[in-house]
Amino acid sequence: MMNIINRPFFLPFIAFSLILAVWEILARYSGWSIHVFPGPMQVFISLWELIANGTLLRHTVASLFRVTVGFYLAILLGIPLGILLGRLKLVRVFLNPVIQFLRPISPLAWIPLSMLWFGIGDKPAVFLIFLASFFPLVVSTTVAVQSINPVYFHVAANFNFTRYEVVTKIVIPGMLPSVITALRITITIAWLVVVAAEMIAVKSGLGYLILDSRNALTMDYVMDGMIVIGVIGLLLDHAMMRLSRIESVFWGTRSR
Amino acid sequence: MGHIVIKNLRKEYIDRRHKRRSKDEPNECIGDCVLVLDNINLEFCEGEMVTILGPSGCGKSTLLRIIAGFDKPTAGSVVINGETLTGPSSDHIFVFQHNALLPWMTVQENVALGLRGMEDKEMMKEQIQEHIELVELEGFENHYPYQLSGGMQRRAELARALAVNPDTLFMDEPFTGLDFLAHMKMREEVVNMHEYFEKTILVVTHDIDDALIMGDRIVVLSGRPAHVKLSEKLDFPRPRSFVKNTELSKLRDEVYLMLGVNYAV
Ligand SMILES: Nc1ncnc2c1ncn2[C@@H]1O[C@H](COP(=O)(O)OP(=O)(O)OP(=O)(O)O)[C@@H](O)[C@H]1O
Ligand SMILES: [Mg+2]
Repeated sequence: MMNIINRPFFLPFIAFSLILAVWEILARYSGWSIHVFPGPMQVFISLWELIANGTLLRHTVASLFRVTVGFYLAILLGIPLGILLGRLKLVRVFLNPVIQFLRPISPLAWIPLSMLWFGIGDKPAVFLIFLASFFPLVVSTTVAVQSINPVYFHVAANFNFTRYEVVTKIVIPGMLPSVITALRITITIAWLVVVAAEMIAVKSGLGYLILDSRNALTMDYVMDGMIVIGVIGLLLDHAMMRLSRIESVFWGTRSR
Repeated sequence: MGHIVIKNLRKEYIDRRHKRRSKDEPNECIGDCVLVLDNINLEFCEGEMVTILGPSGCGKSTLLRIIAGFDKPTAGSVVINGETLTGPSSDHIFVFQHNALLPWMTVQENVALGLRGMEDKEMMKEQIQEHIELVELEGFENHYPYQLSGGMQRRAELARALAVNPDTLFMDEPFTGLDFLAHMKMREEVVNMHEYFEKTILVVTHDIDDALIMGDRIVVLSGRPAHVKLSEKLDFPRPRSFVKNTELSKLRDEVYLMLGVNYAV
């Protein structure tokens, strides 16, 4: 018995089955019409339809594309900026107040401006995802760099490291465990934001699928969209988590 | 190389949360500052192994950090080979009191830190291996520090320091965390290495026996604020033994007394 319980997928499987069961019961006995609250069977059949006719793939690819571009842009600009902020007091004093001011402004509050600036299409959505990931990445990179044990910088000075070596051999490996955790959290935020952005600024993507299906009163398609968003969110998180298993990063999960 | 002169060295830590300082007497320590080193004057000869003793918290690590260039003195100066010290360099390698192996590098990569500049990669590999074997860590070349025991980490750090072949070596309690046998072995290794390479070595320790067995010179600091209580040349033949050498054992009693312990309980 213990053997089965200890299998990695056993307990989650039970949890998901329970949800399905509750869902089925609610759909049957809640008294809502099937158009308002479709049951699992109906949703899975329509999911299959969407997969078969390629609609789902198209929207998923569109969403993933936007998240990827926005997220990579945020990494490309945010992490180097975070390193600068963490290492150079002058830069920190100069920029930190501005960042702390912009950071609490929800990316959704940027929707009107981004549509005005970038029109309709991929660009405003990418911009919103960039904003949503950029600030958390900058802040967590800064904190990660600042909390590197100062002894390692003494060692670097002792062994005559160049500035470049200090960055590649101390700062980057030292901050990596925390930054990977930050990436995990940030990709989740980016994935949340893309759906919201697609409900307003574009005519494709999973967010658009949900909104469009609601307008067409096909709630089973709405639920399909939600399921796919959940599954992809799970996969993204898993992919990020695997990064922390890289051997030279693994120390962070052990020695602290 | 490695002649060190310390002149009127003074170090105080100021509590930055409430910084107060008298305008008239900038050297006077008032309010919330801790005077750690008080007017230290010392001279170490080239190739000398100096052991520094003192009660816990007296400022031994602070003194060593200043000599190595990691910390700035409040007043006074450190002159190494005729040049006033400006900052850390790989001429003076420091073995830190707390673990300073880079945790994201394997033992091999850590030991290689001081050999990065070598042209001949084959030779570099050989030297790395040689030093890993010196501290008996063969088989652990590709292990990360978290996979080693505390004592093994200390040994890896020693190997890393020795591989640089520096002019001077600073060791802050290098044997803490080693078991008795490893302690004896490493001590012997350091002494042998010193006899062989004749480097200037500064060893901070709280172990009186270590200090007397290893040192060419022993320095005893008082409790905080630290001043020099004793700086004496140890002209005893090696290998040293407290049993065979009564003078050495007499000196040990004196040092114990100096540190406030009546040895002959
Ligand atoms: N960064 C700091 N800020 C303020 N005070 C400090 C700082 N570092 C050390 N001190 C003070 O300096 C004193 C000496 O510290 P140090 O680490 O040099 O002691 P030590 O002789 O090496 O002790 P131990 O044998 O326990 O290692 C301590 O009492 C401590 O209060
Ligand atoms: Mg100390």
